[in-house]
Amino acid sequence: MIALLVRDMRLAMRAGGGFGLGLAFFLLVAVLVPLGVGPNSALLAKIAPGILWVGALLACLLSLDRLFALDFEDGSLDLLVTAPIPLEGAVAIKALAHWLVTGLPLTLIAPVLGVLLNLPEAGYFWLVVSLALGTPALSVIGAFGAALTVGLKRGGLLLSLLVLPLYVPTLIFGAEVVKRGADGMATATPLALLAAITAGVAALLPFASAAAIRINLR
Amino acid sequence: MELRVDQLAVARGGVTVLEGVSFALPAGRGLVLRGPNGIGKTTLLRTVAGLQPAAAGAVSAGAEAIAYAAHADGLKATLTVTENLAFWAAVYGTAAVEYALAQMNLLDLRDRQAANLSAGQKRRLGLARLLVTGRPIWVLDEPTVSLDTASVALFGDVVRGHMSRGGSVLIATHIDLGIEAEVLELGPYRARDGSQSSAFDAAFGGDFA
Amino acid sequence: MSLWEYANPQKFMQLSRWVLPFVAAASVLCLVIGLAWGFFWTPDDYKQGSTVKIFYLHVPAAMMAINAWVMMLVTSLVWLIRRHHVSALAAKAAAPVGLTFTLIALATGALWGQPMWGTWWAWDPRLTSFLILALFYLGYIALWQAVDDPDTAADLTSVLCIVGSVFALLSRYAVNFWNQGLHQGASLSLDKKENVADVFWYPALVCIAGFVLLFISLVLLRTRTEIRSRRLGALLARERMG
Repeated sequence: MIALLVRDMRLAMRAGGGFGLGLAFFLLVAVLVPLGVGPNSALLAKIAPGILWVGALLACLLSLDRLFALDFEDGSLDLLVTAPIPLEGAVAIKALAHWLVTGLPLTLIAPVLGVLLNLPEAGYFWLVVSLALGTPALSVIGAFGAALTVGLKRGGLLLSLLVLPLYVPTLIFGAEVVKRGADGMATATPLALLAAITAGVAALLPFASAAAIRINLR
Repeated sequence: MELRVDQLAVARGGVTVLEGVSFALPAGRGLVLRGPNGIGKTTLLRTVAGLQPAAAGAVSAGAEAIAYAAHADGLKATLTVTENLAFWAAVYGTAAVEYALAQMNLLDLRDRQAANLSAGQKRRLGLARLLVTGRPIWVLDEPTVSLDTASVALFGDVVRGHMSRGGSVLIATHIDLGIEAEVLELGPYRARDGSQSSAFDAAFGGDFA
Repeated sequence: MSLWEYANPQKFMQLSRWVLPFVAAASVLCLVIGLAWGFFWTPDDYKQGSTVKIFYLHVPAAMMAINAWVMMLVTSLVWLIRRHHVSALAAKAAAPVGLTFTLIALATGALWGQPMWGTWWAWDPRLTSFLILALFYLGYIALWQAVDDPDTAADLTSVLCIVGSVFALLSRYAVNFWNQGLHQGASLSLDKKENVADVFWYPALVCIAGFVLLFISLVLLRTRTEIRSRRLGALLARERMG
C-alpha cells in the first residue's frame, strides 16, 4: 500500500504537470474573477469564499480523469487488480495520492489567493481549515467518478458531469465555513458537517469505486 | 499447486466464445494454448486470472496463486527499471528485484527510465515482474511479442527455471519457447451457435410479443 | 408463479402489451378530468388568485420527479441483487421520464414564481434541490449512453444510482442549511392539520393519480422499446457469430 502511494507520488512529481497545472488553474480563477467582476473590494471580499472554493473544486477536477486512466492504458490496473492488495485499499491510496498532489497544495496556496480577492482577515484561518478538511472528500468522490469512467472514450467530460453534482454538499458546507468565519460568526456546525462528509466518503466510497473498476475491467 | 479448469465457458462482449474447456495443470508443468486469432485465448486467460467472471464452469486455483502478464506491461515510463520492479516486489511482499534483473539480463539497464527502453527491453522488464511476484502459476498472454531470438531463448530459460522449481505456466503463444509443455488446441471448444452468455439474451428466441 | 417471472422478457412483453393500453387510457382520463376540474371548476385562491391553478401541474410533476428516482433506485438494487434484466432496463427507461418531470416542475415553478415572488428564479432550497436533481438525472443518462456493453452499463449506472441517492439526500440537507428560502411548505400531506381546502384537494388527487399513471405507461412503453432494442442487439450478435 505504501509502495503504491510512493509510486503515485513519484509519478506525479516526475510528470511535472501534476502539481503545476492545478495550482496554475486555481491562480487563474483568482485573477480572472476580479477582472470579470470589477475591482470593487467590498464586493470581492463578499464573494471571495465562494470563488476560492469553486476554484479549488475545479482545479481538483482537472487532473481526475488521469487517476485511473493512465494505469488502465498501460495495463497496470489489470495487474493491480490481480495483486495481493485489496482494490478498495488501492483506490483509497490513489485518492490520497491525488489529494497530496492537488488538494494539499491548493490548501496551502489558498491564503495567497485570498489576498488577491480581499478576503477579510478573519477568514484566512477558516479558509485553510475548511479546504484541509474538505478537499480530501473532493479527491475521494472524484476517484469514484474516475472509476466509473475508466476505459471510456471521452471519459473526461462525462467525469465532470458525474462528479460535479456529487460535489454539491462539500462545496456548500466548505464555502459556508469560510463565509461565516469571515463574518466572525460561529463555524462549528458547517465545519462538523464538512468533516462528517469527508470521513463518510473516505470510509464508504472506495468500496463503490472498487466495484466500478472491477465492472469496467471485465 | 495445481490449476484445474472445469467445463469453463468464457464470454467476450456478451457473446460466449469458448465453452466446455477443461484441463488440469499440475505443478512443474506447462500448457500452451493454440488457436486462430479471435478464438478467445485472451478472454480465457483473463478469466483464469480472475479479471472477469466465467460464463459457466469453474477455475480451481485461487486468483492469489496466479501471476498474470498480458500484452500491456504496466510499466511507468518515468520510473527507472529498478523502481518499476521494486514497486511490484513491494506489492507482492518479496525481495527478488536483483534476482529478476539478473535473470532477464537487465542489470546494465537498471537505472535507465523505462521511457528510454526499446520495445524488446520493455517487454523483458514486463516479464521480469513475474519473477518478483513469487506466485507459482504464471498465466501468460503472448509473452514473446517484440522479443528477438536471443531474448526468446532467455525467457525460455526463465520459464524452464520456474517450472523446475515447481511452478507451472499457462501460456498462449505462437512461438516455440523450447519448453516441455503440452498443447491445448482451442478450436474444438469454440462455442457452437454463437450462444449468448446471459440467460436474458438467450431468452430472446422464437416469437415475441 | 411469482413476481420474478416477469423478469423474463417474453413474460414481461406479453403482460405489458395487455396492460399498457388500459393504464394509458386511465392516465389520459384522470389528467383530462383532474386538470379541467382544477382549471375551470375551482375557486381562485384568496391570496394567489388564479395563478394558483398551475399547482395542478406543478405539484404532481414534482412528486413524480422524486418518485421516478426512487423507482430507479429500487430497480437498480433489484438488478444488482437478483440480476433481472428487465429491472435494469426499466431503470434506464425511467430516467428520461424522471428528467422530464423535473424540468416540468422547474418550468411550472418559474411560471408560478414570477407573479408570486416577482422573479422567475430564486436560489430557494426547493428550487435548487430540483436543479441538482436534474443534474443527477443528466449524469445517469449520460453514463448509460457512454458505455457500449449493456450489462456493464447496467452495473455502472446502478452503482451511480445508489451513490447518487445518498448524495442527493445530502445535497437536499445541505441546500436547506444554506438558504432558508421563499417556497411555501408542502401543500399536501396526510398528517398535517393545515392542508389545502377540499375543493382544491380532490382535483389535485385526480391529477396526481393521472401523473402516476402517465409515469407508469411511459415507463412501460420505454421499457418495451429498450427490451426490443436489446433483443435486436442480441440477434445481431448471434448473426455475427454465424
